[in-house]
Parts: sequence; C-alpha cells; structure tokens
Amino acid sequence: MAEQTQPYPTHWKRPPVLLTNPIWRKVILLGGLIYLVLAIQTVEVDWQRVYLGLERGWRFVQGFLVPDFTSRWNDIYAGLMESLTMTVTSTVAGILISVPIGIGAARNLAPAPLYLACRAIITLSRSFQEIIIAILLVAMFGFGPLAGFLTLTFATIGFLSKLLAEEIEDCDLSQIEAVRATGASWWQVVNYAVQPQVMPRLVGLSLYRLDINFRESAVIGIVGAGGIGATLNTAIDRYEYDSAGAVLIIIIAIVLVVEYSSSYVRRWVQ
Amino acid sequence: MLKLDKLSKTYKTGDKALHNASFEVPAGQVVGLIGPSGAGKSTLIRCINRLVEPTRGSITLGTTELTGLNRRELRRERRRIGMIFQEYALVERLTVMENVLSGRLGYVSAWRSCFRKFSPDDITLAFSLLDRVGLAEHYNKRADALSGGQRQRVGIARALEQNPELLLVDEPTASLDPKTSRQIMRLIRTACQECNLPAIINIHDVMLAQQFADRIIGLRAGEVVFDGAPDSLTDRVLTTIYGDEDWTQLRGENSSQSASPETPAVDLVEAL
Repeated sequence: MAEQTQPYPTHWKRPPVLLTNPIWRKVILLGGLIYLVLAIQTVEVDWQRVYLGLERGWRFVQGFLVPDFTSRWNDIYAGLMESLTMTVTSTVAGILISVPIGIGAARNLAPAPLYLACRAIITLSRSFQEIIIAILLVAMFGFGPLAGFLTLTFATIGFLSKLLAEEIEDCDLSQIEAVRATGASWWQVVNYAVQPQVMPRLVGLSLYRLDINFRESAVIGIVGAGGIGATLNTAIDRYEYDSAGAVLIIIIAIVLVVEYSSSYVRRWVQ
Repeated sequence: MLKLDKLSKTYKTGDKALHNASFEVPAGQVVGLIGPSGAGKSTLIRCINRLVEPTRGSITLGTTELTGLNRRELRRERRRIGMIFQEYALVERLTVMENVLSGRLGYVSAWRSCFRKFSPDDITLAFSLLDRVGLAEHYNKRADALSGGQRQRVGIARALEQNPELLLVDEPTASLDPKTSRQIMRLIRTACQECNLPAIINIHDVMLAQQFADRIIGLRAGEVVFDGAPDSLTDRVLTTIYGDEDWTQLRGENSSQSASPETPAVDLVEAL
C-alpha cells in the first residue's frame, strides 16, 4: 500500500557545496582543464637527456642491487655515527626547548603576550626549510656536525612546539576545570590536568621527530652539515654507486627500525 | 554559610545567564537547583568558585567575600569549596589515588605535588574516603578503567578530600542509570549531613531533587523563580520553572501505572 500512495521522491542527490551555479561550475572546470593542458605543454622535455638519465639511473639501480658495504666502510661508519649522534642530541635538545615553548603557545594556558611571543618563535622556526637553515649555519659555524645539530634542533622546536601547543589547546577542559577548582596553582594544573592528557601524544611526536631528524641529517649532510649525507654525496660524486647503494640501504633500515619501535613505544605509553 | 547577593552574569556574547540571584544557604543544608537547560544553573555554581567570573553582585562564604579576590587569594578560597562535576571530570590517565589526592593540591607545594609527595594525613584521608565510597580496592587503577558510577564516587572522594566548607555539585547523575543515580545522591547527602556541609546540587531530575534535597531553588532564564521546600513543588510551580507540560506523570504515585502503556519503545527493546 505504501508504494502506490507514497508521495515522497525516490531519488536524492547531494547538492553541490561549492559553485552552486551549474553554468559557472562547467566554465570553471573547463577553464581549469585548458590551463592544465597548456601548462603541461610548456614543460620542455629533452628526450635525449631523459634517455641518458635512464641509463645512469639503471647503473644506480645495479649498484643498489650489489651494494658495497666494505670498501668504504670506514667512511660510512664515521658518517653514520655522526648522523646518529646529531639525530639523538638534536632531538633531545629540541624536546627540552619545545616543551616550555609549546606550553607558552597554548592559548588556554598562557597569557596573551607570552602566547604571541611563543607563536612568533614557532613561526620563525617553521618558515625556513632545514636546508636553508643548514646553509646559513654552515656558513656561520663551518662544516661539520655542530651546524647539523643546531639546524635539527631549530627545526625540531618549530615542529614539536606547534603540535604540542595544539594538543594542549584540544585538552578536555572539564579535567582542567576540576583540578583548578581544588585551588591548584598554574603549575599544578599543568602537571595534574594537562600533562596526563598530552603525554602519549608528546612521546609519539618526539619519536616521529627522531625519525624525521635522522632522515634530515642525511639531507643536510649534502650542504656540509656533516653526517651520513656527506658520505652519500661523496660516493655519488665519485660514481661509486655501489657504496651509495649501501648507504641508502642503511638509511632505509634505520628508518624502519625507528618506525617499528616508535609504534611499539606509543602503544605502551597510551 | 553561603550568601549570594544580586549575583549576575552576562557573557561576552550578550547572553544574560544570571540575573540578580540572591539567596542564603545555611550550614548542612542541601539545595537542589532545578531549571530548564540554559537557565543558568551551571553558571550560578561556577560563579561561586569563580570558574566563571560573575559580572555583578557578591558571594560570601563564611566571612569571606569571594568576588574581587586576587588570584592567590582566590586559590586559597577555592580550597574551601569542593566541586563535583557532570561527566565526572576525572583526569582519566591518572590513577584513582592521584585523582583523590588532587583534592589536596591547594595545600601542597608544586614541587611536592609533582613528585606525589603528599603528607601521611592526606594519604590516610584519601584511603578512608575511597573505602567510604566503596572503592577501597581500586586505588591504583587508572580512572578511565572505572565505570560511570565508580568514577563519580572518585569525584566525590576528590571533593571531600579538600575538607570543604561548601560542596558545589553540577549534574552529578547526568549520565548514570536510575539506581546508581540514587546511590550517588545518597552518598552526597550523607556526606553533607555528617560534616554539616552546605551543598548546591544542579539537577535535571526533579524527583531526585525532591527526594534528596532539603530545599529547592528553581531558576528560569537566569532568575530565581522558586525557593522553597521540596513538598511545595506543585504542578503550578513546575510550570513557572519549566513552562507548560503535563506534570502528572512525574508524580511518584502515578509513575507505576503510566510507565506500562506509555513506553512501548522500552518493551520493544526488551522483546528483542
């Protein structure tokens, strides 16, 4: 009985959220498509060079398939140790500095002037890519791991403080209110209501940053900030693709180990 | 004793949450604060310990005027006011013991509290309160491992750990089943009687309020529209507080007969 008398429609389509006018929607879509085609046409592709590049790439793959760990082992080992040292020290230093900055950059805990100051530090740190900072610091402090350590610490501050501040701002307000209502001081509120809520996230982010710092340490080595990146760069410059392959495999292995252990540790602190 | 005089709160958005609320609560009296959602019940009790800053009016606890205290003085006065929250507001990742001991934070230095070095008296009190609310075994569990009723018991223990002179209770039974709600209300009530503690309890459930409060205050749109004994809460009064509704079902004597034919949904669920 319901089927025949039912006056309700049987079809429903989700109305468009953006560009509700159908003509404009078509015009804009078509315009975007034309622009894309034209833009792709302006990219000049030298097929000769692509061919040569593929050949070099193939040699690289071959070197990668038969990695040579032994003949340059001393260089690789020294670079690796330097990178790991840089990674661990800069991550620890970065965490120590970014926790207070992160608390200061949380709107629900910090007064306005402190909030603005801490946000300014974070913005400054985040506005430059690691390589640019590394070039600057290498120019200031010379080649070597000190420049790398400072670069990574600086980059860690922007990353960790920002995400920690956001995590603190997302905290459950009722838990903070409840601790505040007992007559607790600001430090006690941070210690009893905020810290338990953000701790798992802080641990997770720190481990993630450790992972990023290791990978970055390989990149900034190329501009002279020491570490495994310098070794990799030298190997490629000398066309020793087998040694370069060995370096890449070691980097992948270490990132994998950090990845697995961090997910394990995160489960453990939850 | 607590005295409110012409307490008003206007939020930044222009909402008048509270308008000239004045009343006194003598020691040992349990006040049920009822009213529709948005009537200003939560605002009122949050103004008392100044989690919400009142716009005008005065609050006097004992001999201390609470409005206009600076931050340090306010912290000292907050120690005298225990608060029990809707949805418990326990710090979920801390243990039950830490949650109860956090009631002493106002008396302990930040350094000692950071390393959980509470005095033996505080710890003894915490254990005795946990025993009293029936959670003696659970002190080392994490708060989020407990059920709703158990969590609210921890919330009560935390408030009593302060040795308060006033108890503010915000919707203590909002997400609890009827039986647990009664147990929680009974617990709050006996605690108040034993310590001669005044309490203000925000509550939606009018029957619970009538059963456990000594006095009922009705709020509507930020104004006190009723203040009297629980028995004098007639249909007419309920209509002034909440607006037009058929109140006969709410009455205890009718509840048993009206429950069966009018709740087919419940029967259906049970049949499934």
